[in-house]
Amino acid sequence: MSILKKLSLSVSAVAMMASAAAAEISDGIVKIGVLTDMSATYSDVAGQGTVVAAQMAIDEFNGTVAGAPIELVTADHQNKADIAANKAREWGDTQQVDAFAELVTTSVALAVFEVAKQQNKIALVSGAASSPLTSDACIPTGLHWTYNTRALAVGTGSAVVKEGGDTWFFLTADYAFGEALQADVTRVVEAEGGKVLGAAKHPFPASDFSSFVLQAQASGAKVVGLANAGGDTINAIKAANEFGLVAAGQKIAGLLVFLSDVHALGLETAQGLQMTVSFYWDMNDETRAWSQKFFDQTGKMPTGVQAGTYSSVLQYLKAIDATGSDDTDTVLAKMREMPVNDMFATNGILRSDGRMVHDMFLAEVKSPAESTGPWDYLKIVRTIPGEEAYGPLSESNCPTK
Amino acid sequence: MNSKIGYLVAIALLLVLPFVVYPVFLMKLLCFALFASAFNLILGFGGLLSFGHAAFFGGAGYITGHALKVWGLPTELGILFGALTAGLLGVLIGMLAIRRQGIYFAMITLAMAQMVYFIFVSSDFTGGENGLQGVPRGYALGFIDLQNDLSMYYFVLTIFIVAFAIIARTVHSPFGQVLSAIRDNEDRATSLGYDVDRYKLLAFVLSATFAGLAGGTKTVVFQLASLTDSHWHMSGEVVLMTLLGGLGTIVGPSVGAAIIITLQNYLASGPLGAWVPVVLGLIFVVCVLAFRRGVIGELQAFIRKSF
Repeated sequence: MSILKKLSLSVSAVAMMASAAAAEISDGIVKIGVLTDMSATYSDVAGQGTVVAAQMAIDEFNGTVAGAPIELVTADHQNKADIAANKAREWGDTQQVDAFAELVTTSVALAVFEVAKQQNKIALVSGAASSPLTSDACIPTGLHWTYNTRALAVGTGSAVVKEGGDTWFFLTADYAFGEALQADVTRVVEAEGGKVLGAAKHPFPASDFSSFVLQAQASGAKVVGLANAGGDTINAIKAANEFGLVAAGQKIAGLLVFLSDVHALGLETAQGLQMTVSFYWDMNDETRAWSQKFFDQTGKMPTGVQAGTYSSVLQYLKAIDATGSDDTDTVLAKMREMPVNDMFATNGILRSDGRMVHDMFLAEVKSPAESTGPWDYLKIVRTIPGEEAYGPLSESNCPTK
Repeated sequence: MNSKIGYLVAIALLLVLPFVVYPVFLMKLLCFALFASAFNLILGFGGLLSFGHAAFFGGAGYITGHALKVWGLPTELGILFGALTAGLLGVLIGMLAIRRQGIYFAMITLAMAQMVYFIFVSSDFTGGENGLQGVPRGYALGFIDLQNDLSMYYFVLTIFIVAFAIIARTVHSPFGQVLSAIRDNEDRATSLGYDVDRYKLLAFVLSATFAGLAGGTKTVVFQLASLTDSHWHMSGEVVLMTLLGGLGTIVGPSVGAAIIITLQNYLASGPLGAWVPVVLGLIFVVCVLAFRRGVIGELQAFIRKSF
């Protein structure tokens, strides 16, 4: 046999092997599209950090899965649902993107759900918070990973009551989201035997919280619940600090607060704040190692949304690796079958309504004296079992569960 | 004559473009081009800087979305209903606003638009922060499936061409001439016996209606209506599009819209991802400093000077 013939034979053999391995992978490439807010309100909570996190998951597979290369594409949706829908549709139609990831803010997640449903692609939601994403608004291929408003309400609400905070006063953003959050927490507080003494509705967005904080002080409630988000939460906490709310013995319970918010506020202002988190970097060796790697690339410790993005992309890739296919239904079945075990979640279960059920944590912001170094912000007060945080499957109104 | 050939070439180009460029993106472009053209009617030809056009654009989006999703109206009727509602809103806001000029006019329109925005934030039918999602595209004329992006594109293109033709016709009509006269010298127009307020109001309502038409169409394209479209940022963005393309020119606003939307779309996934607003701001500054007549305005001036 001539060398040339040998060479051509071996080349064709390699080619056949390669094509056999990649046969199940559509277009011979696994493409993940991270659609996030890079420039607006949620760029600290999600943003570039989620891109880094997704890349870290891909790096664990050395960039290939089931014989096919993995490619990451990203876009800034600027918190606009129409830009997100446009981008997702374009990715799916013309660029063979197999899964959409991150999707912070509910309007964006809902818009991309619509696209994912039509194109039968997987949507890995991390940053959006609304519980209806796995209830009334669920789709068969939409997975909600990191947290939801129910878990935050239950986590903070019931835990705080159990800790003795049985009288509540709310500062509520005067629009649908704020009211829903207040209603969720009220239900939990009353179920636990607590009492809601009142609520002050503030305009959205608001910068001056002094009158609302004074009302909260006058109410004499043990706990002041912040049923708002983002800049409103930060402003409310600042005002509460100026009026010495915490120093006078009341506690503040933030319902949608992230590590990046605490970082922005500083411990002096945020100390004593109770919040429910899905993830904290300083919990065990695994989280610390991962977070350090993340820190080296971004200069910040990861938020739960960022860690959750990593976990969701990792589970997606693990399922492709196990089945050798990137077919949506096959991958989805495998993702549900395998428990989610990584540095983000322990024995997480992906339910049929799309909810990833994992343990949540009630945390309290440390005082400057307790903190031993930069980013040492939280102490975990209690672990909230996944079932308690997310409720039973029967609670979900998802028609395809 | 020349402009006729130009329009025919443009239409031919628009007909084949979806085979080269992603159609959904083109549809978005057409919607904003129509929005900017409608806005130009009142700013470029009426000389009134409205800072509340997002109310008409976004408002019609919600109304159309609601009509299609909840009431199950046919697609064309839903869009038309959205546009007419925007027109009606235009009557209400216009009647108050046209009594004042300049900065006061802008402030009144802005204030009214903010009121409309807060109604949308707190209403149930808009879905508040989450927006109105899952609007069905339906069928055009009862049998053309609009779920197909190509047929949807030609549907949107038809709306755009018809509306654009009406706007162009309005500008060149006696009504449009009077409007320009009012813009250039309101007192003289009054002394010539024109009822200035009625002309202004009509122009405002027409502009609002076409802005609504654009908003309603956009809702059908994306199958969602969100707060973004009625936020005051949108009112600012349409000013930017119009100024960039060329104030008071027929095709200028469409060109401006094309530039802005293309930048927003393609910068978003590039390395400049986080810098889109900065880039747009820089372009605006350069435009205001270096070529005040906008892209098309400068081009026309250049042609006039050279030939």
